[in-house]
Amino acid sequence: MSSEEPSAQRRTSRKSVAFTDEKLVVDADGTVTIMASEDDQHKDTAMSHTSPTTAPVTESADADGLDLSLLKKKKKKAKKEEDADAADDDAAAAADGEEGAIDLSMKKKKKKKAVKEEDDFAKKLEALKLEGKEGDEVATAAAAAPVEDEQSGDMDKGTGIWQHDETKGITYDPLLSRFFALLAQKNPDHASSGTRSYKIPPPQCLREGNKKTIFANIAEICKRMKRTDEHVTSYLFAELGTSGSVDGARRLVIKGRFQQKQIENVLRTYIIEYVTCKTCRSPNTELSKGENRLYFITCNSCGSRRSVQAIKTGFSAQVGKRRKMQQG
Amino acid sequence: MSIENLKTYDPFAEADDDSGQTKQTQEYIHIRIQQRNGRKTLTTVQGIPSKFDHKKILKVVKKEFACNGTIISDTESKGMGEVIQLQGDQRLKIKEFLTNKDAGLGLDEKTIKVHGF
Repeated sequence: MSSEEPSAQRRTSRKSVAFTDEKLVVDADGTVTIMASEDDQHKDTAMSHTSPTTAPVTESADADGLDLSLLKKKKKKAKKEEDADAADDDAAAAADGEEGAIDLSMKKKKKKKAVKEEDDFAKKLEALKLEGKEGDEVATAAAAAPVEDEQSGDMDKGTGIWQHDETKGITYDPLLSRFFALLAQKNPDHASSGTRSYKIPPPQCLREGNKKTIFANIAEICKRMKRTDEHVTSYLFAELGTSGSVDGARRLVIKGRFQQKQIENVLRTYIIEYVTCKTCRSPNTELSKGENRLYFITCNSCGSRRSVQAIKTGFSAQVGKRRKMQQG
Repeated sequence: MSIENLKTYDPFAEADDDSGQTKQTQEYIHIRIQQRNGRKTLTTVQGIPSKFDHKKILKVVKKEFACNGTIISDTESKGMGEVIQLQGDQRLKIKEFLTNKDAGLGLDEKTIKVHGF
């Protein structure tokens, strides 16, 4: 019990909530880890097969950045690995710092600590596994290199299927991995940009009487999301299947008992649907009424524009006294 | 010599086909929850395709979820079609039922939207 209390206090005193896109983090990690593994492989094989004198050449090729020749990446790769480590650290740090924070992922908020620890543990495990795999891969690559399998070959050195005069068709998978490797190599900032988090203050819920809930800081949240109060309100009412009103201090009075967590969940879906840009996941967007009574979201960071569904209340059953009155 | 690309069928016709398809996929099944007094809730399922017998669905669902329920038809729900209303929070269960291929309707999960908190 004593251990519970401080956490509860912390929870109430928390100022802001982080909306981290878990998927994204994982994505970034995935790509990053893949790259790292390739990295080691290349490095080792390169070291074993090429003389050190070729290294400067590849570096210079790398420097101009436009050279698509298959001899390249060395220095950047090493840097990438560092980046990957940094990103991992960042993610871990973020997870540490924002324990109990709201993730954009639908993960339940309960048992936050335990989950986090598990996550960390899993991450470590994965890393360990990866390392092991790398070692294996290196070994197998070294073994298989002279045999020159069908779809093998070093992309950087331009051997095997990546040779210039190679006529054999390359299957989709290696091409895809090559694409991503090149993409990440040319744009080192892409992988790190995925871990950005979006913060809004947690909703403050008070109970008014027995049957009404006051959502106190809706104005602040709306301001942060750059959406009108009316839009958010109508979405809340549609999703919660209730009605309500705005009181004197611009607080929202919702009919029905709702907990903070429930409001939070609805806000989360709202943010996913009406705030974040689907293309670049940036929350820096604007909602505007376009032609034909359709609402459009325009992203301020990538410039994409998409239409969003209008808020529909849908069917709602009559509950309570009104129903009896209607029938009677 | 002819241009192969232009031989395909009329783009406008294709657009028509497309819109028909999207219209079909746009028709979501909405699963909503409503609060009643106290801890009690109602679950409403709106937009189950008319090729299914709603009465039979209700019968099976009531037995399976051990809850009561009713079908609210056109006149009451004002153009919402037939709405199945169940007592209690049955959102997850009904979703499972709608998507289950063996014991349920085997609908696509993408056509189902779960609302509420």
